Amino acid sequence: MASLQPLTALGRREATTVTHGPLTISERTDVALASVAARNGRAADLAKAAQKADVPLPGPASHQQGTPYSAFWTAPEMWFVEAPYASHELIVDLLKSALADTASITEQTDAWVAFDLSAHDLTRLLERLCNVDFAARPTGYATRTVMEHLGVYLIKHGPGAARLYGPRSSAESLLHAIETAAHSVW
Amino acid sequence: MTQSHRIEGGQIDRTKTLRFTFDGIPYQGHPGDTLASALLANGVRLMGRSFKYHRPRGPISSGSEEPNALVELRTGGRQEPNTRATVAELYEGLTANSQNRWPSLRFDAMGVNDKLSTFFAAGFYYKTFMWPKSFWEKLYEPIIRRAAGLGSVTREEDPDGYDKGFLHCDLLIIGAGPTGLMAGLTAGRAGKRVILADEDFRMGGRLNAETYAVGDAQGADWAAATVAELSSMPNVRLMTRTTVVGAFDHGIYSAVERVSDHLLTPAKGKPRQILWRIYTGRAILAGGATERPIAFENNDRPGIMLAGALRAYANRWGVKVGERVAVFTNNDDGLRTAKDLQSRGVDVVAVIDSREGGDLLPGIRHLRGAEVIDTSGKLGLTSITVRQLNGRSETIAVDALGVSGGWNPNVNIHSHHRSRPVYDPAIAAFVPGKDGPPGLLVAGAAAGQMSTHAALKTGRDAAIAALDLTTAPELPQAEDAPVGITPLWHVAHGKGRAWIDLQNDVTVKDVKLAKQENFTSVEHLKRYTTLGMATDQGKTGNVIGLAIMAELTGRSIPETGTTIYRPPYTPVAMGTLAGRSRGREFKPFRLTPSHHWAKEQGAIFVEVGNWLRTQWVPKPGETEWRQSVDREVLATRKSVGICDVTTLGKIDIQGTDAGAFLDRVYANTFSTLAVGKCRYGLMLREDGIVFDDGTTARMGENEYVMTTTTANAVAVFRHLEFCRQVLWPEMDVQLISTTEAWAQFSVAGPNARKLLEKVVDQDISDAAFPYMGAANITVGGLRARLFRISFSGELAYEIAVPTRYGDALLREMLARGAEFDPIVYGTEALGVMRIEKGHVAGGELNGQSTALNMGLGKMVSKKKDSIGMVLSQREGLTDENGYRLVGVKPVDPQAKLTAGSHFLEKGAAPVAANDGGWLTSKVYSPHLGHDIALGYLKGGDKKIGQRMRIVNLLAGLDTEVEIISPHMFDPEGERLRG
Amino acid sequence: MIIHHPILGPRDAQEFVYLGDANLIDRPDGMVAGVEVFHDYLYNRTNPAGEHQELWYHEQGDRSWLVVTRNTVTHEITRVELARDVARARRRTK
Repeated sequence: MASLQPLTALGRREATTVTHGPLTISERTDVALASVAARNGRAADLAKAAQKADVPLPGPASHQQGTPYSAFWTAPEMWFVEAPYASHELIVDLLKSALADTASITEQTDAWVAFDLSAHDLTRLLERLCNVDFAARPTGYATRTVMEHLGVYLIKHGPGAARLYGPRSSAESLLHAIETAAHSVW
Repeated sequence: MTQSHRIEGGQIDRTKTLRFTFDGIPYQGHPGDTLASALLANGVRLMGRSFKYHRPRGPISSGSEEPNALVELRTGGRQEPNTRATVAELYEGLTANSQNRWPSLRFDAMGVNDKLSTFFAAGFYYKTFMWPKSFWEKLYEPIIRRAAGLGSVTREEDPDGYDKGFLHCDLLIIGAGPTGLMAGLTAGRAGKRVILADEDFRMGGRLNAETYAVGDAQGADWAAATVAELSSMPNVRLMTRTTVVGAFDHGIYSAVERVSDHLLTPAKGKPRQILWRIYTGRAILAGGATERPIAFENNDRPGIMLAGALRAYANRWGVKVGERVAVFTNNDDGLRTAKDLQSRGVDVVAVIDSREGGDLLPGIRHLRGAEVIDTSGKLGLTSITVRQLNGRSETIAVDALGVSGGWNPNVNIHSHHRSRPVYDPAIAAFVPGKDGPPGLLVAGAAAGQMSTHAALKTGRDAAIAALDLTTAPELPQAEDAPVGITPLWHVAHGKGRAWIDLQNDVTVKDVKLAKQENFTSVEHLKRYTTLGMATDQGKTGNVIGLAIMAELTGRSIPETGTTIYRPPYTPVAMGTLAGRSRGREFKPFRLTPSHHWAKEQGAIFVEVGNWLRTQWVPKPGETEWRQSVDREVLATRKSVGICDVTTLGKIDIQGTDAGAFLDRVYANTFSTLAVGKCRYGLMLREDGIVFDDGTTARMGENEYVMTTTTANAVAVFRHLEFCRQVLWPEMDVQLISTTEAWAQFSVAGPNARKLLEKVVDQDISDAAFPYMGAANITVGGLRARLFRISFSGELAYEIAVPTRYGDALLREMLARGAEFDPIVYGTEALGVMRIEKGHVAGGELNGQSTALNMGLGKMVSKKKDSIGMVLSQREGLTDENGYRLVGVKPVDPQAKLTAGSHFLEKGAAPVAANDGGWLTSKVYSPHLGHDIALGYLKGGDKKIGQRMRIVNLLAGLDTEVEIISPHMFDPEGERLRG
Repeated sequence: MIIHHPILGPRDAQEFVYLGDANLIDRPDGMVAGVEVFHDYLYNRTNPAGEHQELWYHEQGDRSWLVVTRNTVTHEITRVELARDVARARRRTK
């Protein structure tokens, strides 16, 4: 049978990019995502296996870049691991074979909509959207926060660069909120 | 019209002229003006009518404490009532109207209330409208409602947007007068993150209104230079037009920034106001002080104002309020007004100083030991009557009178955590007390430090103390005059009214009445007289009222005490509190994977939580919802129907103890479930009531996928985390929600398998994939999941693919299965089919019902410990004659049932004592051809086959029904196993 | 309010969901305890005007359940622990 044609979280064929003033919002459909949670009492084993497989497992509230795997902390002994979708669509299978029974691994790719935000400085935008003290946080800071009633993950990649993971079903509402805030600020 | 009362000087931009109207009359002002200053510059003193007595009123202040000059600003959807003209920044095209008057401000018919004032004293409503009781609803209330209130609210939608935001700082400084500026300079130069907020559009506070020097410069110039330095610091955020309105727990403050209120309309996309939530390390309240008047007869006429305001209008705005001015004071600060006005060429005809002795002002008629005892002037002040020390009265023609009764520190925000201010006799005012908001320091006039020098010094010291600084700027030289005050709260004279609270029209007489009726505590005084209960929270009036009560009761002021303040410091518009959460943006939407397809089909959507689910999908020619729903049900039962069930919660549960964990959170057993199978699970709360239900599949040895109801997805996940972390931390269980990761469709009906066989890659014959099977499969090579579960009683599956492919899968199934005429059904048809099958849902999972009530009592295993198992056996929950789920059908197939109707035995009176239970859900069953319902009936399991009535007194229904098994369709379940 | 999360530091209480008295940690064994004991466990809670140990859930955060020691009169929070750690410690001392 013919292969199914995917839609983006915003319901389109191609990823959406929106610009307003200095801000660019880019929907990312090329990220594979999985949760990795250490099995009870197996944190050390997991760390070992992860190191071998080049899966970073950063400390609380942080994101760590890597190739092909990057990761951010989401909960005690739990991480979200990112990888390029093209090569790692089956991220769960890949991680399961690398980490074996040290961790519980669950597909998260399509649970989220990913937006990359870029501007010279995102502080003025983000202060209208969430209670994160963005300016004071270091690059690599990762946190869960609330934007317009939606629970999102916010990762700081620089003063003017951040990635948001929001609930996929609310992608349109989240984008609308960011755009509205952007028009309000700039 | 000319600006007849404009004088030299001030911080207005005379190179530009702004046009505006008040009550339709055009006027001109300048940038830097407020509406009040511009009207005063045009000789307009009368700006409103008072609340109860409709007395003519003009501004008494030049700031946010204003009780009198309340106007309706703007028109149409932007019209805002009760706007204080003293803080409304002038802009080109401003439109304002006076309020609480009819037909006009100068002639107000309700002014008759003034003549009837004896009837409107404190407690009037309580006493007068008590009897006869029958008069209340029809007569008194409508009259009171019509007469009540000041401004009128627009009926149009507010066209402007409002934002919310979050700020963080080491130090928040509230108020940018000399204290706040000095604190800001100290903290800013030390490199700390500082937010300096001021409600005014120009920072500097009283320095802008005074003529003192700070260092080598005029105070206002020093302020401007300091603001310039602070604005060059990247670590300092200056926020003008920003009122800190509340202090909340743990260093959180709220502030309203008026982004666009000084513009005719906000720029496109820009908010009118922003409500900021400010997270602070420490905060300094540098809110200054508010002058209070002295109560004397007829002290409310336009032209009578606070002495400091009179001076501010002259110094800051270049406005003389009158041609012939007098000042009435009990303190040295009042004398400054006389000196400043005289030096600006205003004719100061007299200073009435209630204090005896001391130095006389040079060049001014300075009457010591004198009091103003009355005034006259119908729509504005024309003269005052003065009683001199020797007892002689004299009438002096004046058109403006400045009154100073002393200055009250602005303690408001410091008492937002219920800290009671304490009385400081040295300044005859209340200063911040103990136990204010932790982390909040108070400095300058707000702390009772009244001189400019003290303001600068305490501001600097507060910043040093708040932030543990080791360096600080030099203090500039400034005046350090003591507060020379001899308290005088009201002038004892005559029988006329002397106002205390101008906004709520509370007079000295009302306080006397309160005392006479024994409402002597300040809290009773407040509520009985409404003193301080207006939108200004009594900023100018409260202290006078309680001081008079102290006098009357012979207690000291400290003994009498004071009421406290609550947020907000100044009124906040409702729109600001709502922010962007209104209309379509009230909450975010969640869209299902089939949303775009459904929209193309013209589907009707229903909100389920934040989800928009397809309710039904009308076909051409269908004009009524039932036509669509009946067709969807019949088509599904006849061939095959597809429903998007992505909204059901999905929780991935893994770990070596996953099965044992499920045994503890579900009433029934899951550890024995075979891999590749699913099972219906019933989840209880610890109190034994049913919490949620759903199917859970075992996808691997240590891997389960739990399904929850749409409504409870979040609550169940929270509960599971509680069980995992708090109750059984030793268990090896990991949880994660996967609700949105998978697009899931129910495919139901006799042809469900045949349709699915056309899209899935695996053998799904009954032998290979029996009832309650679960498997990871592929769809054209794409990873997918298949569950053989049924909510409709039909042969049914749920198929899931990664969400991005959901839309395509639906289209693929419809296209490939076209020969089976598949339809897509919505939540209505889903509801019909589940009720036909007797499955419980929202109406039955009502948070009050047990498994036993639902006929599922046997599911609660006693062989293992699970949440709710023990308490489900409580006496009250195991009554043999308790509620049981039953099916209901009308004896007459044409008769209608309504959910919420109550069961009654035949012949029983419709009273609570005879109530047998109620209908929880009702639908029309197109298959059976009549209404059917589910209900909870006392002893219902023993009443199957009996006839009863269902009664709905609200709808006027009394219908004979037959109690039947809740499994109303295919009770043997042959279809779903087919 | 601000809750000082033991892992994440100060977080706004708005991110949390409140449950109630932390005695809910000490759930009796349902195979041993009867209705009376469970009734006490579920319903008999202290409601002090003063220091109180409470369960809070960081729903819009890391999903940790916390035991927060809070003064119900002043809202002062003197101690915040991971409920999991508290539960484990209590089990050890039993």
